[in-house]
Amino acid sequence: MTILIRGAAILGKDSADILIDGHTIREIGSVNNDADRVIDANGLIALPGLVDLHSHLREPGGEGSETILSGSRAAAAGGFTTVHAMANTNPVADTAELVDLVADRGRQAGYVQVRPIGAVTRGLAGEQLADIGGMARSAAAVTVFSDDGKCVGDSLLMRRALEYVSTFGGVIAQHAQDPRLTIDAVVNEGGVSSELGLRGWPSVAEESIIARDVLLAEYVGARLHVCHVSTAGSVDVIRWAKKRGISVTAEVTPHHLVLTDDRALAYDPIFKVNPPLRTSEDVEELRRAVADGTIDIVATDHAPHASSTKDCTWHDASFGMVGLESALSVVQHTLVDSGHIDWPDVARILSVTPARIGRVGGYATPLAVGSPANLTLVDPTTSESWSTNRLHGGSTNSPFLGITLPGKVVSTIFLGTETVSDGALVAPEIVRNT
Amino acid sequence: MRHLISTRDLSAERAIALLDTAIDMVDVRSRDVKKLPTLRGKTVANVFFEDSTRTRLSFEAAALALSADVTTFTTQGSSVSKGESLKDTLQTLEAMGADFIVLRHSHSGVASTVANNKWVDARIINAGDGTHEHPTQALLDAFTMRSRLRGVDARGMDLAGISVVIVGDILHSRVARSNAFLLTTLGATVTLAAPQTLLPREIDGWGVTVVSTLDDALESQPDVVMTLRVQKERMSSGFFPSESEFSTLWGMNDSRLRRLPSTSIVMHPGPMNRGLEISGSVADSPQSTVADQVSNGVAMRMSVLYTLMGDSR
Repeated sequence: MTILIRGAAILGKDSADILIDGHTIREIGSVNNDADRVIDANGLIALPGLVDLHSHLREPGGEGSETILSGSRAAAAGGFTTVHAMANTNPVADTAELVDLVADRGRQAGYVQVRPIGAVTRGLAGEQLADIGGMARSAAAVTVFSDDGKCVGDSLLMRRALEYVSTFGGVIAQHAQDPRLTIDAVVNEGGVSSELGLRGWPSVAEESIIARDVLLAEYVGARLHVCHVSTAGSVDVIRWAKKRGISVTAEVTPHHLVLTDDRALAYDPIFKVNPPLRTSEDVEELRRAVADGTIDIVATDHAPHASSTKDCTWHDASFGMVGLESALSVVQHTLVDSGHIDWPDVARILSVTPARIGRVGGYATPLAVGSPANLTLVDPTTSESWSTNRLHGGSTNSPFLGITLPGKVVSTIFLGTETVSDGALVAPEIVRNT
Repeated sequence: MRHLISTRDLSAERAIALLDTAIDMVDVRSRDVKKLPTLRGKTVANVFFEDSTRTRLSFEAAALALSADVTTFTTQGSSVSKGESLKDTLQTLEAMGADFIVLRHSHSGVASTVANNKWVDARIINAGDGTHEHPTQALLDAFTMRSRLRGVDARGMDLAGISVVIVGDILHSRVARSNAFLLTTLGATVTLAAPQTLLPREIDGWGVTVVSTLDDALESQPDVVMTLRVQKERMSSGFFPSESEFSTLWGMNDSRLRRLPSTSIVMHPGPMNRGLEISGSVADSPQSTVADQVSNGVAMRMSVLYTLMGDSR
């Protein structure tokens, strides 16, 4: 099977044709060959297939809100070809058997590569290490370990985890949240929490854990990745750590790049998320931090929830928002259109670097001849108010419904197979059979 | 005005109208026939997911005085003990014919969520939501201040020039929030006195002054000192070292009362911890308005029901 993409702006720059042969990019330039399928990409930007380091696919145990198949479809619709599935499933992904099951089901779905993340501690209980070596040496070859949803709060346990994971060349992705400083916390601590009478989640609860963890990482010589950085103070700590040469990487979510805590003022639980939405000063600093490289990547923290856990009071609602489908549009809106970064940087923060952090092969050089054919074609010129018809996962808890965002994924190609074609998801049986 | 959720939503004009109507309701309550027919054939459902006998009885008395039928639903925690959601519980009550739902819940924002999402058609009166607001308490407090300091027929008047100190656990107090918002709207000068552990952060927008101790606050000779109940669970969770230290620095006692002008009043929303935030002798002094507040509560809640009824016609 050959696919010829005609006239795409490569990383938003010069226009060229891309010839895909089987699983591989065969030729880039002015291509004269015929092909089994020709895609007219005039006006579209070609990006490498996107890589998400942080999503919740909920399977096993949470199939009422998402499955590996439905989450894979949401990912493909958003231009992703690889997603990392967080470990907080039920049962928890803390053994080789579980992570292999997740990877297998991802392969069966066929829309994206599903890379399981292993738990740091058994059952996410924060007491003893999970089967880290077993998961690292499993067929799924886990490289990223995280108790995401919970912080590895105990300092000694975190030290041991950093040391032990480094034995296998892996990385700890820390959910930085001091548990004691955030008991029952449900919204950013500040003027909004004061007015609403809701328990505040102070910025220092994130910043103090990051400060501790970068020092631990330096001391034991391990790699640390910080999940969903949400405050300006955290950016300062990470900037300091990088200057010092500490091996730390950091991610920010799309929603923390645009939404602020005043969205909570009407107690609409669609905006309840952990870490919470912060202030406009934080948002501005997070954007600058992506632009200057302090924050390495954007990761979605895609967190599907059934409507019953969002159509309820703020207190009763679950934390989290879906984000795979809208991530690229939010990045275009908050970082590209605002002039912070350019399209080649988008390839870096949404594909090259997340793949490097997760040790995912095939993404080192975006859109290079001979590389695996993972790519995304985007129309950056459209703009529309988001509605549920843009969502393709098992849940619709998007904070962007009713908000106008630019850009649309027109085509996603995963290892030479179209998963999104002419702006529409390809049917599961067709994806599976090719 | 369809619902009463927050004093934040009230304009000065609207608030004064509610206070003025309460004067009429006080008159009704002093007559031989202490009833109006306004809500005949209407049902007021008191839905209390958090125990509060005095507030429930006050709303009940107000509804009965307006000739409404009253149904009461009380449960500790929530009927969610059987797995039923708040939404289902309220829709069930409405299906049984509730025109007004007086809602008390231990979680902040519940009344807003019910009203914003239009889970029910009934008019919602927030009777206290978590540590957020308790708007009828603030209204009855404002009414009590206005009557005591401006005279019984203070019709049409706001609270400009009146200085109010609110002392104690501001952070967790829905009474403090609702009062701070309402009293500033009505033109009063509001000072909060509390340890830093019991003050909310970033409240510049509230238009209030913050001082550390009650003695600091009393230097300005305030017209009103509003004490707040210290919840039992705060006493053991490290917000202050001991009850005696709290009482020493933020308790309203005789010596502090003597430093106030004889026209100043001391308020408490009840139930009181005598000897902690307010001494027994202050609570029983002529300058205490504790009993007035309870009595005015019924008239004020009649005014709220009456006004919501009228506005929805």
